[in-house]
Amino acid sequence: MANALIHAPKTAKRGEVIEIKALILHPMETGFRPGTNGRIIPRNIIERFSADWNGEEVFALKMSPAIAANPFVSFFVVADRSGTVKFRWSGDNDFLVEEQVAIAVE
Amino acid sequence: MRRTFLVLAGVFVASLALAQGDPRRSSYQDMGPALQKMQDDDSANPGMLFVQAGEEAWNAKAGSADKACADCHAAGSMKGVAARYPAFAKESGKPVDLEGRINLCRTEHQKAEALAAESKELLQLTAYVARQSKGEPIAPPDDERLDPLRAQGETLWKQRQGQLNLSCASCHDANAGKKLAGATIPQAHPTGYPIYRLEWQTLGSLKRRLRNCMIGMRVEPYAYDAPEYLALEAFLMKRAQGLIDDAPAVRP
Amino acid sequence: MTTSRRCFLAGAAVALLPITSARATPADMEAAIREVTGGATLREGPVALDIPPLVENGNTVPLTVSVKSPMTAEDHVKAIHVFNEKNPQPHVFNATLGPRNGKAVVSTRIKLADTQQIAAVVETSRGEFWTARAEVIVTIAACLEEVN
Repeated sequence: MANALIHAPKTAKRGEVIEIKALILHPMETGFRPGTNGRIIPRNIIERFSADWNGEEVFALKMSPAIAANPFVSFFVVADRSGTVKFRWSGDNDFLVEEQVAIAVE
Repeated sequence: MRRTFLVLAGVFVASLALAQGDPRRSSYQDMGPALQKMQDDDSANPGMLFVQAGEEAWNAKAGSADKACADCHAAGSMKGVAARYPAFAKESGKPVDLEGRINLCRTEHQKAEALAAESKELLQLTAYVARQSKGEPIAPPDDERLDPLRAQGETLWKQRQGQLNLSCASCHDANAGKKLAGATIPQAHPTGYPIYRLEWQTLGSLKRRLRNCMIGMRVEPYAYDAPEYLALEAFLMKRAQGLIDDAPAVRP
Repeated sequence: MTTSRRCFLAGAAVALLPITSARATPADMEAAIREVTGGATLREGPVALDIPPLVENGNTVPLTVSVKSPMTAEDHVKAIHVFNEKNPQPHVFNATLGPRNGKAVVSTRIKLADTQQIAAVVETSRGEFWTARAEVIVTIAACLEEVN
């Protein structure tokens, strides 16, 4: 994993509401901080996080510079059928990370 | 994972119970419940990103010897190791901290370059190894060769220095538990290193934290490669003997 | 967050703010909220903003917004917006939700530059806007890194 940590159950019962947690390494530089030379360090943040369940977007988070470094997010999804959950983080400087997990729903 | 959490929670409760007569407190206990929860939850603790990367590095071949750490060290063999450092290293005949030990393995056994201090690569490996001691009691070695180092550390701990004429002991022994501006002064037992310090927004070593202390005390920090850091760490780990290792810790 | 600070030891006030940066004001926050609601009435609703009342460091503050909602196709939370009063800009995050979520509960970690009020604005599929606010006291750890 590209220094991302996903916690999702590997199996779930049909209709169960499961929690998904995602953590990724990223400095989330706000663009408001002065550096050692007094000049502002340029902004470098993740702007968007999304989760797709079998291709259907089930959650999205638009992040601002007010999100802490190494962003963490937790959200819930109804496990309605087995499949693949794809996660996508995108942001400044062409940052793009995609990860996925498989969830078996019985 | 829930079972691991329950075991660890049990360890903490047990250690608190045992500590009824023991006046020592881990810095974990001085944090608010939100930060404690962040540390305890493996899916939320940012230090775990480094542990995960460290595990990959542990299993990757390196150096001209083309060996991975895992090639010499069997699975599970790192349990309790971080809790025993600083310790004497056979290869150098000198005491080393955990970072120094990892680098000795790299140069002597993997025939690879030493990893730079405070580099992501070294922190990841240190975090992975330290994590294997989570839940273990701090166990400084019963090695009399470490006595002079620990004595030097104790002297440094108690020595008044800098613009404000403070010693480490002025805050962490004499005033632990009281407030410094808005912050609770901890007893400063380094049980959780390498820590994810919120102030740094990343993982860092005890040496980095000690330098922060010195800056706060208005003391010129020792040179980056000065031997004083190792002496202080050796003393502090002896002082923390028996407290539970909680690496990688989250700290403000 | 500022990178150069002093550790005040004589009981002085805690300085948290980068002197060089512009800062948002409570009015900016209200303006940002109006942009989302289009001026619609904000009601108190079944919204809980779970954030520690006092934090040891403003760099990483855990936050959970929970909304009681049936999360059905006819009646669900569409979006959760969070705003702040005193950071350099008033937005924190926008979460997009729907019936697939089952529960309208979102947790993340945010940066707070100073003691301030946080506001959550919840948009429902019925066009309602609910709000909850929380005050957070932001303190700072002692003995920081000074970048020379």
